[in-house]
Amino acid sequence: MAKSPHLSRNEFVKIVVGAVGTLIGSVIAFPAVGYIVSPALAALRGGGKDTWIPVGPLENYPLGVPTLFSFTRTKINGWEKTTNSYGVYIYRKNETETVAFSNICTHLSCRVNWNEERQQYLCPCHNAQFTVDGLVAGGPPPRPMDQYLTKVEDGTLFINFVEG
Amino acid sequence: MASKVYDWLEERLGLSAIYSVTLDRKVPKVNWWFTLGSASLFLFIIQGVTGVFLAVYYVPSPDHAYDSIQYIMNGVAFGWLIRGIHHWGASLMVIFVFAHMLRTFFFGAYKFPRELTWITGVVLLLATLGMGFTGYLLPWNQRAYWATTVGTEIAGTVPLIGPFITAALRGGTDLSGVTLARFFAVHIWFLPAVILGMIGAHIYMIIRLGIAGIPDKDD
Repeated sequence: MAKSPHLSRNEFVKIVVGAVGTLIGSVIAFPAVGYIVSPALAALRGGGKDTWIPVGPLENYPLGVPTLFSFTRTKINGWEKTTNSYGVYIYRKNETETVAFSNICTHLSCRVNWNEERQQYLCPCHNAQFTVDGLVAGGPPPRPMDQYLTKVEDGTLFINFVEG
Repeated sequence: MASKVYDWLEERLGLSAIYSVTLDRKVPKVNWWFTLGSASLFLFIIQGVTGVFLAVYYVPSPDHAYDSIQYIMNGVAFGWLIRGIHHWGASLMVIFVFAHMLRTFFFGAYKFPRELTWITGVVLLLATLGMGFTGYLLPWNQRAYWATTVGTEIAGTVPLIGPFITAALRGGTDLSGVTLARFFAVHIWFLPAVILGMIGAHIYMIIRLGIAGIPDKDD
């Protein structure tokens, strides 16, 4: 068959079928993908809200010794209320300076414990070690311990909790 | 490039043979009533796909079934669309499968050599109704609860073994979380497995025997 400069009927039909098929496919794919990923998108949009959580009178915490304070936060995930517990090590360096460390290891989110004898935070999972100031002293963690902002109002210590 | 890939696959899989056997069949001159089987198959695929998507969020427990569906309807993007298609597709599928059976019956298409096609079709009709019955309970709202109470009670009117049938359907004397869990399992595993197998046999016989045309005066 001689090659015509115009589209042959066959080629035209192929192009139209391809175009319509792509259109139908994307009309189906868009809701399907949206349905699956929408909780993730909602989480990204809703994250970052912060609240000040009171952790008790400042004088409850001894100077120089990191002390664990535990609290729970409730969040609605889909059709369910989820209660997560959190731990924070309150470390009063001196009369004026107070630091609050999250006890979540920066390596893989296990919970670290303060070891009085070694004067270090130790992670039971992969032997991560942090100094009393939260700096990496050994093991696999990629960064120092995470901190909460703190403030003192009327003698009560508050930490700034950011919704994850 | 595309044709090279196709040739490579063709040499190993024989795709064109599948195409010619399934789609290049000789078909007698028929009318729109003969599309009901394909329509039923299409609806089954739609129900299967939307059902898989619903299973991402649905939880078959008395504590969460209703709330998880509320979440699908209001919390998830396009959840209303996917559940809506599943909901309306279910009714449509019953209608289409039933109409397909009526067409087969009135055109005498169940006769030799297609008796087994008819029998698998009967199983498919019953399985489709079973899907409707089990799926109706899953929203776990008032209508679902009482419809299943009545439905399982009706099954109990069978002489002698009636009470046993009711208890077997409910998984106990009362409608409970056990009932919900087993209806869910039947709805997403048992009956779909039966339907898939029967559709396979049904279509194999349609391809092997061809379809019966419209009967004329001599038939």
